[in-house]
Order: sequence, then C-alpha cells, then structure tokens
Amino acid sequence: MVGFWILAPIMVLCALGILFVRKAVHAALLLAVVMICLAFLYAGLDAPFLFAVQIIVYTGAILMLFLFVLMLVGVDASDSLVETIRGQRVVATIGGVGLGMVLVIGLGQISLGTAVGLDDANSGGNMQAIANILFSRYVFGFEVTSALLITAAVGAMVLAHRERLTPKDTQRSLAAQRVQDFSEKGTHLGPLPPPGVYARHNAVDTPALLPDGTAAESSVSRVLAARGTVRSAPATADAVAEIETQLGWAPHAGRDAAPPATTTEEAPATGGQETGGHA
Amino acid sequence: MNITAYVVLSAILFTIGCVGVLTRRNAIVVFMCVELMLNASNLALVAFAKQHGNLDGQVAAFFVMVVAAAEVVVGLAIIMTIFRTRRSASVDDASLLKY
Repeated sequence: MVGFWILAPIMVLCALGILFVRKAVHAALLLAVVMICLAFLYAGLDAPFLFAVQIIVYTGAILMLFLFVLMLVGVDASDSLVETIRGQRVVATIGGVGLGMVLVIGLGQISLGTAVGLDDANSGGNMQAIANILFSRYVFGFEVTSALLITAAVGAMVLAHRERLTPKDTQRSLAAQRVQDFSEKGTHLGPLPPPGVYARHNAVDTPALLPDGTAAESSVSRVLAARGTVRSAPATADAVAEIETQLGWAPHAGRDAAPPATTTEEAPATGGQETGGHA
Repeated sequence: MNITAYVVLSAILFTIGCVGVLTRRNAIVVFMCVELMLNASNLALVAFAKQHGNLDGQVAAFFVMVVAAAEVVVGLAIIMTIFRTRRSASVDDASLLKY
C-alpha cells in the first residue's frame, strides 16, 4: 500500500500532463510513465502476469508504435488552439470534472470491505491459474481474439500500403529530364553549387556567394530557406572576431584587417578553420 | 487491505482520459487518451479481481489489452492514411463527410 501512495500521485500528475503539454512526443513519454507505474500497481495487486504483459505490450509495443507514427507524421505537429465548436473546451472540462466528482463521490458512498485476496487462487502460480481459466471457460473468446488480431494486422497492412502509380525514376530518365530542361528552359546542366563556397563560413545554412557578391539561392537546401534559417554570408564573415572571443582564441594579427571574404580566394580555407568547430 | 483507493485512482485516470479525448485536437494525442481510459478500466478490473478472490478480472484485463493492441494498430494506420492525403493529424481537418 506504501507503493500505491507513492505511485498514485505520479500517475495522476503525468496523466494531467498529457492534457496540457503542447507536443505529442511529450504526451507519449508521460503516458509511458503512467503505464510503467500501472505495471507496478499490478505487481502489488498479485498480478505478476499482467505486470509483465503491461510492460511488454503497452510500454514496449504500443507506445513504440505511437512514437513511430509520431516520427512519420512529424514531431512538430502540435495542437491548433482554434476551437471549431465554440466553448467546447470549457464544456468538456466542466463535464469531465462533473463525471469525476460523480465517480469519486459514488465510490465514497459504498464500502467494499476487506478484500478476499488472491492467495488461494494464486496458490499454484498466477500464470498457471490464468491459463486454467483462459483455456477452459474463456477459450472461445481467446479464439475470437486470434481472428481479431489477424484482421487488425491485415487491415493495417492494407491501409498503410501505397500502390506505385508511376514507374520509378531511373538514372537514365533523370539524366534525360535534365538535358531536356536545359534545352527548353536553360536550366544549369551541372550539379547545384555547394553552400559556403567563397564565403568565410562553410556551414550548410550559409549560401555560396556569386562573383559579384550576391548570394546564390540554389546553394542552400530549400527546407532551410522555408524555415527561414538561412544566414547571410557577409554578416557571418564580419562576426568572426566575435566568435573568436567566444571561443577564447587570441585574435591573430592581421586577420581583423583581412579584406571582405567575398573578394579573396583563400578565405574559404581560413574561414573553415576558424569557424568549423563552432559550426 | 482495502481496494477503494485503487478504484478511486482508476476513476480519476478515466476522467482525465475522457477530458483529453474531448479537448485535444491532435488525433494521436486523442488516441493516447483513449489508451489511458482503457488502462484505467484495467486497473479497476485487476483491483476487483483481488477484492473477490478470483482471477476472472485479470483475464478480462488481459482481453482488454489484446483489443487495445488491435485498436491501436488499425487506428494509427488510419491516422497515417489521413495524414498522407491531408498533410495534417488534426481531428478538425478530417471533416469532409460533413459536406
């Protein structure tokens, strides 16, 4: 019973956390805590078989499935705060508190008396006793369960399967497409420029600089551009002295007086050494 | 030993899961709250098995776990399919049947 009073507040707090955290991954981790605590409560309630099943099936399988789907769907897919039905949140909270009060007060009205305990039922071992019941009285339900599981597995496979509608791109077709784009639209035939070339910084979020000093937009990933985290190369080049003081390096003589990175050819090499560790 | 505390804890967890299903918008979090409700009912079943001194409650909890596993597999596959077509896991966006 001491274990219960330790675990119960943790479980209630974590369950309340599921209601309030913004990110779905945090909710999944809080749910994992609730389920592991629940497994220990089962162990305290003379159910060692369910203790193992709770850990293996719930924490091991189901929550991992949740996390896999979260990673596929995108970790940053958080809740929208817009209410589609007006006042739904308030009404749901009031209704939930009402339901909880009805349940708790109703349970407070009854007295369950002293528990009989499972010492007799578990005398030959908990797992043997469960197997005796499961394969005699509940054997039909057990067989129906197998049908349910195989239906669920096939259903999930059918739902997750995606038919390929177009033939797969081969290297040959990609090359042909590239040449066709060049002849029709004048797209550059060669590979895209790598980021950071001619800038004093070789990180992937710094665009390459063209000979006239402007940034080559095609040199940074468009994912970074969409997130708005692309850095401006001249600004980074000017910030080298600041980075050096942050790293605790003594400033070289002459480096502060170096001309802007856009005009020197040796700038990429020195820039890489200076800021590579920082990037 | 008295199991009232266990049943009250189960009722509280069930209520929290219920409110979560009603208030959260992300379909995956709604699913987690359904799991929380199933777990709460499992706790009550195991507690009552101890109260009455037979193992039928534990077998029922075992069946609930099996059904929950099947439900999660199919439900997450449906969420994946909806996300693939609509690029969103919000329960508000999947309202096409309304029109």
